[in-house]
Amino acid sequence: MTGPSADAGGSAPARTSGPGRLLVAVYGVFALSASARAGVQIATSFDQAPLAYLLSAFAAVVYIVATVSLARAGTTARRIALAACTVELAGVLAVGTVTAVDPGDFPDDTVWSLFGRGYGFVPLVLPVLGLLWLRYGGRRVPG
Amino acid sequence: MIAAIDYAVIVASLAYAGWAAVAALLNRPPREPFVIGAGVVEALILLQVVVAIVMMAVEGTPESTATFVGYLLMTVIILPLGLFWALAEKSRWGTAVLMVAALVIPVLVVRLQQIWVATPS
Repeated sequence: MTGPSADAGGSAPARTSGPGRLLVAVYGVFALSASARAGVQIATSFDQAPLAYLLSAFAAVVYIVATVSLARAGTTARRIALAACTVELAGVLAVGTVTAVDPGDFPDDTVWSLFGRGYGFVPLVLPVLGLLWLRYGGRRVPG
Repeated sequence: MIAAIDYAVIVASLAYAGWAAVAALLNRPPREPFVIGAGVVEALILLQVVVAIVMMAVEGTPESTATFVGYLLMTVIILPLGLFWALAEKSRWGTAVLMVAALVIPVLVVRLQQIWVATPS
């Protein structure tokens, strides 16, 4: 293993330049709001809906990991980002489907409920953009 | 919460977001005027926070105090964080970051209002 600067693609942190800058910013907003929301839910009314609130906390962790790993250079960060975005996509699809079919298990909303309808469906689009960016973005070596 | 200040914050942040959106479309990187603009919006937000704190002390806290204070904190930090992240990117995408950060503010203010109105007095 050599340092990230020894990569063939050059030393520029391509993943956070250009559109990646915006992507990380949107992820940051979700990391911030999801953790704030989960923190408040768990601190004040955990008994009411433990499953939903644990899920909120899980979603918050996924967003934090995705934000940080997308913002970092290197292959390890890229792998972690891939995993985080995949988990995020699976999460929003699974929770979205469950809440659309039978809302009974989720008495209180999470970020991923109804495919993220409460957040303008951004939670559904974001992991797709993340995966596309990791796949195709930052590959072009400038110059 | 005083409606006039809330609306001032909403209008200012939407105007800022619109300005950033146009600049991003015109391929402009974030420059000094955007820092000054963010300062103006942030000043209004800080005024709103001070008013909210005073009103909580005088009239009592809203039912979901933790959420309310959490949203207040987010309104304060979102624009400085956005600037910090945007200014390092010398392209239209840096300006787009400012737009996203500014668009979060009206959402937070509306949520703050909803929580405040739900206060039993």
